[in-house]
Amino acid sequence: MSNKNTVMVFVQQDDGIVADVSLELVCKARELADQLGVKVSAILAGDKMDAEAKKVITYGVDEVFLVEDKGLAHYTPIPYTKVVKQIIETEKPQIVLYGATTTGRDLGPRIASNLKVGLTADCTDLQIGDHKIRDKEFTNILYQIRPAFGGNIIATIVSPEKTPQMATVREGVMKMSEPVADYKGKITPVSVKLETSDFMTEIIKRVREEKSVNLKGAQIIVSGGIGVETKENFKLIEELAHVLGAEVGASRAAVDAGLVSQPHQVGQTGTTVRPRLYIACGISGSIQHRAGMAESSKIIAINTDPDAPIFGIAHYGIVGDLNEVIPQFIKAFKAKA
Amino acid sequence: MGLNLVVLVKQVPDTANITGEAMKEDGTVNRQALPAIFNPEDLHALEAALTVKDQYPDAKVNVLTMGPPPAVQVLKESLYRGADFVALISDRRFAAADTLATSYALKCAIEKIGNVDMVFCGRQAIDGDTAQVGPQTAEKLGINQITCVSEINGIDEGKKTVEATRSIEGGFEEVRSGFPVLLTFTDEGYIPRPPSAIRMLAYKNASTDVSSEDFDESYMDGDTGVNTNLALWDIEAINADVANCGLSGSPTKVKKIQSVVLTAGDIKMVENTAGGIAEMVHDLIADHTLG
Repeated sequence: MSNKNTVMVFVQQDDGIVADVSLELVCKARELADQLGVKVSAILAGDKMDAEAKKVITYGVDEVFLVEDKGLAHYTPIPYTKVVKQIIETEKPQIVLYGATTTGRDLGPRIASNLKVGLTADCTDLQIGDHKIRDKEFTNILYQIRPAFGGNIIATIVSPEKTPQMATVREGVMKMSEPVADYKGKITPVSVKLETSDFMTEIIKRVREEKSVNLKGAQIIVSGGIGVETKENFKLIEELAHVLGAEVGASRAAVDAGLVSQPHQVGQTGTTVRPRLYIACGISGSIQHRAGMAESSKIIAINTDPDAPIFGIAHYGIVGDLNEVIPQFIKAFKAKA
Repeated sequence: MGLNLVVLVKQVPDTANITGEAMKEDGTVNRQALPAIFNPEDLHALEAALTVKDQYPDAKVNVLTMGPPPAVQVLKESLYRGADFVALISDRRFAAADTLATSYALKCAIEKIGNVDMVFCGRQAIDGDTAQVGPQTAEKLGINQITCVSEINGIDEGKKTVEATRSIEGGFEEVRSGFPVLLTFTDEGYIPRPPSAIRMLAYKNASTDVSSEDFDESYMDGDTGVNTNLALWDIEAINADVANCGLSGSPTKVKKIQSVVLTAGDIKMVENTAGGIAEMVHDLIADHTLG
């Protein structure tokens, strides 16, 4: 197998720790590469990242291109663009994936712009398939699938005429598989010449808090939408979550209306979740929201509108006012449990 | 010379109020069928630039938009709020541009303005939510960028630097960059000011200073003659290479558009009664989903 033409992942690190989304993408890259019969490669940049590079390999990476420099400890646009561009130009991967994080969304477009290649943001699925442009047949290209236009459509985007084909994917969308401790991959150190003038962004202060809301790890999520209407009513959502030992989620509309803070947002532009049980209260079920929770094992929908799209993916549906349904739910659970 | 600022704005369909008729058969959007609005985050970017101008009155705020003729509306709204100069980048050959081709055209237009210190834009537009055009434009200009800015903390006109707070996952960064730099704004700061009534009267009949055979000016509220605050720029005006514009400059192609069809699952409708809900809770405890 050639070492070129790989499926490559830009592996993001924050404070020296590889981001979960990057490991999820590595697992997806492995799947795509197996289908294409090629290798998986990764770019990792930072300061003293050797141990993390070894960790990345265990998720199925054949070759990690490791760039170490004190100036790369924290992401800034210009030096990282230089690093990633150089490696892509030398290694000529056919596909490059980025996490749709603030870093990935800062970096990916710069690379696309520099190399004049396509980039599709926030894909919810990636597949391999064929495509025809006029008389030209392209085989084994990347289908970049994403909701678009307010979520009313799902678009399959292709960019077969330019290499690499690139996409960003949000955290939680792809599944992380178990690492394989003795997976045989290699670390290739790469030196990139960085000038003082490349460091145009000076980080004065950096504050990161561990997420107080842990939607991704939650087994049960009780989510409220715009149908909850008021902050006062939202307390009912919180109460049900408390009683069930669940995390509180929300739709974007509820967040935009100020009913609850953004870290609670589930959906395409929020967190993607796959809990054992998802209870959607007063959520109509836009495609963006469903993109972030449709994989839940069981879904209960509570909505006054019997035609709400959320009922289309729910396992249990209750047509009714959540202000009546939730207290009954709580009462029933307390009686049984 | 004072600070030279450029704000990139976009007129977008109001995706919150979309109907099936808004999609054409080829999967592109029939924008005429939707109400058009000023992209929300771009209004915050404009406000940020106007706030800088409040502090540095000799600063010049130039607003650019690329789009079909009706997009002039967002330029007028920019004039009403305090922009000094606005230009509509419009040409049939820009049609079907993806983010790469769009950023190329914007880069050409920014270079036409020349000697720009800071470029402001919204983080993303609500019709695509890609957040790509800002960084792609910065890369094409060969300048630095600060994305997801909530606040500008200070500008040093002498040293030509700006300090800003940007949102990152679970927190924020305070960063400093030299000029020229492109900043993308979230909606966390800079609540847009309302249009000024006096400026509305002054600019409501604003018209372009260039006429073109291809250009449909019927959308304008009557032509009071040349207005030097509002320009129309086509491909030649911004010295753009046609090959990099529109469809030919766009590497991404739409392969397929599916309307969202819900697959009917095995939904069990639960009666909205104490008994119905208790039964559901019982089922969920029995199969270990709850408890």
